[in-house]
Amino acid sequence: MLNKNFYLILIISLVFTISFWIGFNVNLLPAEASINAPIYDELFKILFIIGLIIFIGMTIAVIYSLFKFRKRNDQIGDGIALEGNLSLEIVWTIIPSIIVLLIGLYSYNIYDRMGGMKELNHNHEMMTSNTEKIWAGISQTSDNEIAINNLSIEVSAMQFAFLFNYPKGNFISGELHVPVDQKVSMKMESKDVIHAFWVPEFRIKQDIIPGQPTILNFTPTKVGKYPIICAELCGPYHGGMRASIIVEEESDYNEWFNKNKKPEVNL
Amino acid sequence: MTISIDPQNTNNESLQPKGWLRYFSFSLDHKVIGIQYLVCGFLFYLIGGTLASAIRIELASPMSDFMPRDVYNQVLTLHGTIMIFLWIVPVVNGAFGNYLIPFYVGARDMAFPRLNAVAFWLIPPSGLMLVASYFVEGAAQAGWTAYPPLSITTPQSGQIIWILSVLLLGGSSIFGGINFIATIIKLRRPGLKLMQLPMYCWAMLGTSLLVVLSTPVLAGTLILLSFDIIANTGFFNPVLGGNVVVYQHLFWFYSHPAVYIMVLPAFGLVSEILPVHARKPLFGYTTMVFSIMGIVVLGLVVWAHHMFTSGTPPWMRLFFTIATAFIAVPTGIKFFNWVATLWGGKISINSAMLFSCGFIINFVFGGITGVALAQVPFDIHVHDTYFVVAHFHYIVYGGTVFIIFSSIYHWFPKVTGKMLNEKLGILHFIITFIGFNLCFAPQHWLGLNGMPRRVAEYDPQFQFVNQISSLGALLMAISTIPFLINVFLSVRNGKNAGDNPWNALTPEWLTSSPPPVENWEGEAPLVEEPYGYGKEISEQK
Repeated sequence: MLNKNFYLILIISLVFTISFWIGFNVNLLPAEASINAPIYDELFKILFIIGLIIFIGMTIAVIYSLFKFRKRNDQIGDGIALEGNLSLEIVWTIIPSIIVLLIGLYSYNIYDRMGGMKELNHNHEMMTSNTEKIWAGISQTSDNEIAINNLSIEVSAMQFAFLFNYPKGNFISGELHVPVDQKVSMKMESKDVIHAFWVPEFRIKQDIIPGQPTILNFTPTKVGKYPIICAELCGPYHGGMRASIIVEEESDYNEWFNKNKKPEVNL
Repeated sequence: MTISIDPQNTNNESLQPKGWLRYFSFSLDHKVIGIQYLVCGFLFYLIGGTLASAIRIELASPMSDFMPRDVYNQVLTLHGTIMIFLWIVPVVNGAFGNYLIPFYVGARDMAFPRLNAVAFWLIPPSGLMLVASYFVEGAAQAGWTAYPPLSITTPQSGQIIWILSVLLLGGSSIFGGINFIATIIKLRRPGLKLMQLPMYCWAMLGTSLLVVLSTPVLAGTLILLSFDIIANTGFFNPVLGGNVVVYQHLFWFYSHPAVYIMVLPAFGLVSEILPVHARKPLFGYTTMVFSIMGIVVLGLVVWAHHMFTSGTPPWMRLFFTIATAFIAVPTGIKFFNWVATLWGGKISINSAMLFSCGFIINFVFGGITGVALAQVPFDIHVHDTYFVVAHFHYIVYGGTVFIIFSSIYHWFPKVTGKMLNEKLGILHFIITFIGFNLCFAPQHWLGLNGMPRRVAEYDPQFQFVNQISSLGALLMAISTIPFLINVFLSVRNGKNAGDNPWNALTPEWLTSSPPPVENWEGEAPLVEEPYGYGKEISEQK
């Protein structure tokens, strides 16, 4: 009996060790380029490890049963008439409930840190009416930032392109340029069908919906050029609906901005 | 004129054709209808599988070079619609439900045999109509979700035919659901208690409740959508002040329960198969029943997890996260119970058992990625990417389709009186299992690293992994060959099975194979312990 328990403990600790090793050493995610990305990757790592433990454990249990309890040629008759075990069933109801609840609370915490639970008040200086309803989005605010400093961009999506309007500079660009380490605030609306704004390196995505403005706030942390991908089926050229986001040093960004800036036209 | 139909005597021999011909007739025999569902569903599976192959050929290279872009969107729309509405839903519900439920409750037919035949005969015309729409002005190309405004702006005829076809299939599904509920509740043989029913009855009761509660919502939604398309109304059309997100809520109110409509019957079927081949009682019958009903209740309040990046306010995202994640608890209980059913058994390692165990492994994997996807912050990155495609194929193919094959190996001797060839069966399992995992496991990585779903072209750095996936799809296509050979050879020349080759205890095995039209020569047997393995055999006789 001692022997049996010893092997069980050995196998369980092996499963845990392997799962933790894979969880910490195998990277399945693209580069981290926004302040959301490391938070996301932290959640991913935890879910990955828990998932591996359950998956490897269940797979071993199934394969072991098939091997150990396979019917030998000389055997006749049935297995043991075991119809259930109440305490065991209670255990495997309560433990998964606790795990699921903890994961839920933890992901709430992650979502809150990403800015998902913030109110959707959009600090958009150029907005004509303050009463416009923002339907959804991620409204990330951090305490040491002042709303005025936010970079506000209006995104419009159409079949099959993104356009980025810089209201402060009075120009529209097909490429999204943003300075590194500064909060960007975008108000997005579609001109035709539903599109989505996705930057894998930033771990953010938000649908762009006709008739319902959505917002998306993010802070890039790494200089570079990243793809903006439309993730919602929007027609035949959906797969080709791409744009680029260029994260650059503030001086480079200002140079680009001043080059494109147009004088305001008073109507 | 009044016609009274006695369910005991609906198969008047002079009215019903015999032999192979009866499968092409308006037969009222639940066994014939079950086989009609299965064969019809399998033919559509072959069509849907051909479309899937076309998708994987297109995705073997990064450029959109195999077919025109709009045809690609039609292909992916038809693939999804056919596989869901014409293969999985009709087969796990209609085929096995019709064949088995009357046996399990001790009846000679379903409660409403004529409605049953109508429900089946709605399927072939609506399926053919759907496929034929390609040749009119092109099939629907807005995905099986048909989100407006895309579905309003794409060519009308394809979308309208798609809506009509899904409405008819939904109607068929509702008729079937009503029939199953009535049969399980009202046609039970005297003395047979609800808690003595085989688990598949409970699964079908839960599934049918979901069908009856949620399918009408889809029907209403699609009718409104068709008004937007042909009558210029503005229910969902934003140009006319409609709200596109309302459509998504209504659509997923059906289409999330639809996932359970596809997997709960599979949970029931595997609960019938495992005890027979492991020679052990089903572990934890009562908790199984409660977990099915728990999944039914929770399954109705999780739909918005498909809309985490859509127009949903933060509190709603949170509520649906918790509700969705909690479905893992009753589902987990079932998987632990199945492993406990294997534990300590005398397991025959045959095709039915292998496909069932393949189901457990695949579904656990799909369930784990499902719990991860339920978490809003996790979902925001991978929503609408190949990660999601991989996840739901692990559920519906790795889960349900594996169980469909397992069930075919298990009940083939019942239906035909012949055994399927085990060597070909095991070969079929090995190719399917390897092909399936090769096809879909790499897609998780694709999604995480930036490949959205429903695209005909992608970044060149994803080419290698996409080619592995296409290779897996090729293996899956090849795996159909040994299966088809096996079925055609065994129907004619298979080893005689006898009445009960597995020594099973559930009631369908307590009659001849194939069963007589009236199911039992005499009175239906009272089976109080359908899983009484390992007890005195004489008690059961």
